[in-house]
Amino acid sequence: MTARPDIAVVGAGPAGMAAAVAAAEAGAHVMVFDEQPGPGGQIYRAIETPGPAGDAVLGADYAAGRGLSRAFRDSGAEYLPGATVWQVSPDREVGVSVDGRARIIKAGAVIVAGGALERPFPIPGWTLPGVMTAGAAQIALKASGLAAADAVFAGTGPLLYLIVDQYLKAGVPVRAVLETTPWSAYLGALPRLPGALLRAGKLRQGLGYIRAIRDAGVPVIRGVSGLAVAGDGRAERVAYTHGGHRHEIAAEHVFVHQGVVPNVNLTRSIGCRHDWDPAQACWRVATDAWGATDVAGIFAAGDGAHVGGAEAARLGGQLAALGALCTIGRIDAAVRNNRGAPIQHALAWELRPRPFLDALYRPAAADRVPAGDDVVVCRCEEVTAGEVRATAALGCLGPNQLKSFCRAGMGPCQGRLCALTVTELLAEATGRPPDAVGDFRRRPPVKPLRLAELAALEPDDTDGGDAGP
Amino acid sequence: MTAGADAIVVGGGLHGCSAALHLAMRGARVLVLEKDTVARHASGVNAGGVRRLGRDLAEIPLADAAARVWHAIGDLVDDDCGFQPSGQVKIGETEAEMAEMAARVERIRALGFAHEVLIGADELRERLPAVAGHCRGAIVVDGDGHANPFRTTQAFHRKARALGVRFLEGTAVRDLARAGGAWTVDSAAGHSQAPVLVNCAGAWGAAMAAKLGEPVPLSAEAFMLMVTQPMAPFVGPVVGAWGRALSFKQLGNGAVLIGGGHRGLADPDANRAGVDVAGLAASARTAAAIFPVMRHAAVVRAWAGIEGETPDKIPVIGESATAEGAFHAFGFSGHGFQLGPIVGRVVADLVTDGATDLPIEAFRIDRFAN
Amino acid sequence: MFTEIATDPGAPTVTIVFEGREIATRAGATVAAALLAAGELHFRDTPVGAERRGPYCLMGVCFDCLVEIDGEPNRQACMATVRDGMRVERQRGAAGIGP
Ligand SMILES: Cc1cc2nc3c(=O)[nH]c(=O)nc-3n(C[C@H](O)[C@H](O)[C@H](O)COP(=O)(O)OP(=O)(O)OC[C@H]3O[C@@H](n4cnc5c(N)ncnc54)[C@H](O)[C@@H]3O)c2cc1C
Ligand SMILES: Cc1cc2nc3c(=O)[nH]c(=O)nc-3n(C[C@H](O)[C@H](O)[C@H](O)COP(=O)(O)OP(=O)(O)OC[C@H]3O[C@@H](n4cnc5c(N)ncnc54)[C@H](O)[C@@H]3O)c2cc1C
Ligand code: FES
Repeated sequence: MTARPDIAVVGAGPAGMAAAVAAAEAGAHVMVFDEQPGPGGQIYRAIETPGPAGDAVLGADYAAGRGLSRAFRDSGAEYLPGATVWQVSPDREVGVSVDGRARIIKAGAVIVAGGALERPFPIPGWTLPGVMTAGAAQIALKASGLAAADAVFAGTGPLLYLIVDQYLKAGVPVRAVLETTPWSAYLGALPRLPGALLRAGKLRQGLGYIRAIRDAGVPVIRGVSGLAVAGDGRAERVAYTHGGHRHEIAAEHVFVHQGVVPNVNLTRSIGCRHDWDPAQACWRVATDAWGATDVAGIFAAGDGAHVGGAEAARLGGQLAALGALCTIGRIDAAVRNNRGAPIQHALAWELRPRPFLDALYRPAAADRVPAGDDVVVCRCEEVTAGEVRATAALGCLGPNQLKSFCRAGMGPCQGRLCALTVTELLAEATGRPPDAVGDFRRRPPVKPLRLAELAALEPDDTDGGDAGP
Repeated sequence: MTAGADAIVVGGGLHGCSAALHLAMRGARVLVLEKDTVARHASGVNAGGVRRLGRDLAEIPLADAAARVWHAIGDLVDDDCGFQPSGQVKIGETEAEMAEMAARVERIRALGFAHEVLIGADELRERLPAVAGHCRGAIVVDGDGHANPFRTTQAFHRKARALGVRFLEGTAVRDLARAGGAWTVDSAAGHSQAPVLVNCAGAWGAAMAAKLGEPVPLSAEAFMLMVTQPMAPFVGPVVGAWGRALSFKQLGNGAVLIGGGHRGLADPDANRAGVDVAGLAASARTAAAIFPVMRHAAVVRAWAGIEGETPDKIPVIGESATAEGAFHAFGFSGHGFQLGPIVGRVVADLVTDGATDLPIEAFRIDRFAN
Repeated sequence: MFTEIATDPGAPTVTIVFEGREIATRAGATVAAALLAAGELHFRDTPVGAERRGPYCLMGVCFDCLVEIDGEPNRQACMATVRDGMRVERQRGAAGIGP
């Protein structure tokens, strides 16, 4: 392993791969770290090692990733699979574990392209074995050709339909789709439709999934609320409210999904500024047009910076590469601007339907902030919404204080599955906007690190290179 | 303008809360000004070690008096503060260290304190079955232990409020002026007045003292801690080492808390304390060397808290040497949690009686003035 | 339960042992995939409330798939790849301290 790359990239999804290709093309020494065994990120997961589910099941959008992954392999960028990044310091030291060994690599610039994760879906019973995210169902399908027959899919968002459609193409029966998109969202989204219509192809694709699902005879129940899963030590049934009545369906597998949100743990731990995005109801790292954060030499690209989908991630990765190349002095600003202009244009075009989609698929407030006090909010420490509310009533104003009061956010997931819920719960309880409530402080290691590995980190592994801005 | 007070306390850490509580217990009307939130800094995020073991000789009488308060902490603040008197153990790893440790125990015995006891390898293994084979013995203090720092500071805070103390959070003190026998304190809440001022501003204490014309060479340090995923119980007491920086304890939920004085990056002006991986790695090496089972541990979180450290590593406690009606209690140099319950009483003694029965000469602020 | 949507008889397999039970699985699979395909949903018991948990995200973020692999606790089953002869146990409450 060669230390001191010009540019280190965290993540080998579309954003990271595109960034690496663009940076390597310009002659930079690039190192790419990803904890998955192969490149592709979420959308193109296992793109090099297709399991039983082929392109026919996963679709053309998936197959399109093969070109990018080949270009990435051919780019000359040094790629480390199975590499978990547990820290990036403000002075661009990347702490990474590969094969049970930790080391620290100093880069001239770092592009964080860690992608998104599915928004927490805190409903009664969401911790029962058998309840998984729809993304998890898709991961099992893409990477291992595994699917669960007669599952219930519940929630909202384009990905939900895509995955149901993939299940059906694979010939796997689906018991029902419980749609939680609130009726009000359709109205809210309407004014944004004209902008989106310029990209009618995208919208038609979404409608196509819905039609295919209905044609396959899968019941699609719209306007569902009050989702709850129950069972003895595992999921056995899903209850929901529809048309003013409670209903129940038996199901051993319940796949929930209500959109994806940036995974901000790494950029937060570096100390980059983040702002609340009211449209997507999530935090996002503040960047300029080149993905530069407010910390010198640290860039962010892809769905981890702002959820815009795979194509936007690819373009964002290219822009971040140009920004990073300019920062380390490989290209000057004129070259960057020249090469960047058409990419920025394409990105703006790509993001056209976004305001419409964001408005339409913004999950209902009741699905983001549980009304019931006994719903678990922090899965790791088993802290309920009621405990968070009670702590707020004691005068606790922010997530960090909350952590000390009731341990929410202190477990191994480090707030990934509760931070947004906690911020919105505290905002509701204290009558302040999410921006004022703030987020958990995150510090390295951003993923649990074996003590033995940390102990084996010799001082020489911390290579104090002087490359960079 | 805030309504009348007998004393204004700057800083809502454990020491500010404790001073306010003790003053209120004597009938004073107290106002506490805290720039962030109560327990936001060192007092809320420290390792919770309640330790007499290994104290600087000057601190022993205070620590000894504090230990008595800790054992009845519920009587003072109506909360047990999560105090576990599980003992403290400081391990010796070589014969040379054991000899130094024996000399230390003799020395404090000669001063009349019998809490530190030297034990050999067999008894060490009885107390700590998981300890590494090379460890030779230890100094132990039964009755020491650990408490939950955030809960403790909040308990002092709550009790002080119950006795009428007013706390203004998010209220940074900007300036101090004395005229006509009273202090005027300028803060985000406007001007507040009181005859008595108490500086409990922790790592920021020297900035307050400088306003009184008495500079203290205090450095702001970011002491670091890390915590592991829960492990099956394997150690009861709090464990340290004679020859290297270590503070090690297993909490009630099985998580292991590891610290020991390695420093991260402190930025007191920006209120930030960052962790430094090389320091964490050093702590990890020590922990794994003393408890081999730690090789299976996974570190889930690390953090740092800002603490003021003096050159002689003991705090500043006492009356101002330059200004009338001003008192200091800051710069606890990484071990002020245990002292919290007693130093508040000492401050109240000084304010109300002009003297205290505990020896605090060594902590005078003017010891740095030459 | 999770099953393979198409079987490839030629694909190499390995055998792992979960709670004493032998499970044959495709080489290169994650431990989580192997267990799911064998009908297992219960991977661990939580240290706080002793509740049953199983994989939720399969992408390494939720930590509900924690198991003990060859004596080492706190391993994310969804991020670990199977190896022939691998011994996997449920993680029960706080991690054991090993041999
Ligand atoms: C579960 C899931 C499934 C999705 N499926 C689809 C889909 O089928 N179609 C679609 O259009 N969109 C899908 N999306 C949306 C997806 O976010 C984007 O389409 C696209 O994948 C974003 O690209 P990216 O490069 O920004 O991030 P990603 O593709 O998410 O790539 C990020 C990569 O970073 C790696 N990484 C993150 N943190 C670290 C770390 N600390 N150390 C090392 N590596 C790290 C991850 O392993 C990942 O490979 C999915 C999202 C999720 C969360
Ligand atoms: C990681 C770590 C581990 C530790 N472990 C132990 C241990 O195991 N045992 C032990 O005995 N000790 C320990 N300590 C030390 C102990 O935490 C401190 O000595 C003690 O908490 C100091 O309390 P304090 O009230 O003086 O300071 P703080 O808790 O820092 O409180 C000072 C307060 O003053 C406020 N303030 C400052 N300036 C102003 C201003 N201008 N206006 C208004 N407010 C202001 C600050 O915001 C702060 O809240 C540890 C410390 C750290 C950081
Ligand atoms: S299933 Fe979420 S981390 Fe493995």
